[in-house]
Amino acid sequence: MNETALIIETIVKAVIVVAVVAGMAGFATFIERKVLAFMQRRLGPMHVGPYGLLQLAADGIKLFTKEDIIPQHVVRPIFMIAPVIAAVTAFVAMAAIPFFPEFTLFGYTVHPIVSDINVALLYVMGVSSVGVYAPLLAGMSSANKWSLLGAGRAVVQMLSFEVVSGLSVLAPIMMIGSLSLIDINDYQSDGVMSWLIWKQPLAFLLFAMAGFMETNRSPFDTIEFEAEVVSGYATEYSGMRWGLFFIGEYANMITISVLVSIIFMGGYNSLWFIPGALMMLLKVSFWIFLFLWVRAAWPHIRPDQLMWVCWKVLMPLAVVNILITGLVLV
Amino acid sequence: MELRDFQNRNINPGYIFFEGETKPTNGWESFKRVFKRSIKGELFVGLWIVFREMIRFDIHTVQYPAEKLEMSPRYRAIHKLLRLFESGSERCIGCGLCEKICISKCIRMDTHVDEKSRKVVSEYTINFGRCIFCGYCAEVCPELAIVHGNEYENASEQRAHFGLKEDMLTPLDEFKAKKQQEFPGFGALSDHANETVKQTPLAY
Repeated sequence: MNETALIIETIVKAVIVVAVVAGMAGFATFIERKVLAFMQRRLGPMHVGPYGLLQLAADGIKLFTKEDIIPQHVVRPIFMIAPVIAAVTAFVAMAAIPFFPEFTLFGYTVHPIVSDINVALLYVMGVSSVGVYAPLLAGMSSANKWSLLGAGRAVVQMLSFEVVSGLSVLAPIMMIGSLSLIDINDYQSDGVMSWLIWKQPLAFLLFAMAGFMETNRSPFDTIEFEAEVVSGYATEYSGMRWGLFFIGEYANMITISVLVSIIFMGGYNSLWFIPGALMMLLKVSFWIFLFLWVRAAWPHIRPDQLMWVCWKVLMPLAVVNILITGLVLV
Repeated sequence: MELRDFQNRNINPGYIFFEGETKPTNGWESFKRVFKRSIKGELFVGLWIVFREMIRFDIHTVQYPAEKLEMSPRYRAIHKLLRLFESGSERCIGCGLCEKICISKCIRMDTHVDEKSRKVVSEYTINFGRCIFCGYCAEVCPELAIVHGNEYENASEQRAHFGLKEDMLTPLDEFKAKKQQEFPGFGALSDHANETVKQTPLAY
């Protein structure tokens, strides 16, 4: 009986996470267009609904009703499965992320995490890394040189940033001694000064940069940069398959925002009079805004510069950071 | 100036040559360059500028069908044929200068002499498929009869629309309602024309 209840609870949580995050990802596209427009002195979408709010629905209808074109020379099964990998890995990674502090609903304590596993951070980073198979397979099966270039860049970028993100997050893990995101969150429960961003500023910077690379956001959007590789791996995609890539990208943005908030910025601990859930929302919103802000302000870098900066600058810095952390801990 | 002066490619005087950045020669210098570039803070200047523009909210979008820009009087859109303010008859005297000067040869006019032995314009068309809106016709017109309007929304079902005489000529009812504006734009007299023009002495 108890097991059945657990299974039902988990399924409900999973459905809620997928539904809410997919909705937020859709809303993030609207926010992105608005914020970019305001930063460039434009108005952005204005005509569908009040202040363009229903643009979201219009885009959704367009994506769903568009013909799903599968070009002639593509490798059909791989071409069709690749976008699913992008969306699925993005959502599966959220299984081990605690979004909010636990709360009581109708006398029943709810833990807003689908599955509290003790290697949560490892799991999230592992699943996110699997996500790179989406651009890789999509690009290689597309029978299009731009897609192939995009796939190549995806692998190059993946090889570069994975090292940095893994090494940079190692130092906080050494301090906390646990991979569980709940433990990491609880470690920073004594107000702002206990946030890990003060103890590990370098790791924070490196992890944030790796996060930008992982989500393919500018300034590291080399794998789908229009001016160089048309649309990269997604060139041949249309309709909802392309939409899956899109949702995957925005879901990844949300995952990275939540991860950075939990690991370095105090997570869902309440602060002064602000409750924990609101703190979490504020931090995640700030990070999403930062993603858009950076996109509006900064030019992107070349793939060779990206590799150079990852291997020759960021990785040594991460190693030095680990070394110093280890020395201090000992 | 002789031909030799033009053939002189020596551009030294007045020019400052920029040789490019000095390239780092050893490891320490390239490290210093990386450090300087990383610390410089130009990235944050960029962030600040876009953020400032967002807060200022000085939006330059014109939401076109709802809002329209006011066109300058010198804007050269679809032509208009004006009427005399005194009598309401057409200003055009059929001199044919506009037809003559038109460089894309898109103006076509037919004139005849009526029973009062006055020249009248029976047909006046502009082929807007060929018109380049150079404004020569309005400039050359001695009567300020053909002028450029401000009407830039000229999508139509027919090629010939806007270009016939009855399209361009101020309608009589509109004229009687005193809606015809004097044209201040291309080819018109300036406000202080009287001061700048010397009157013709009668003795000539």
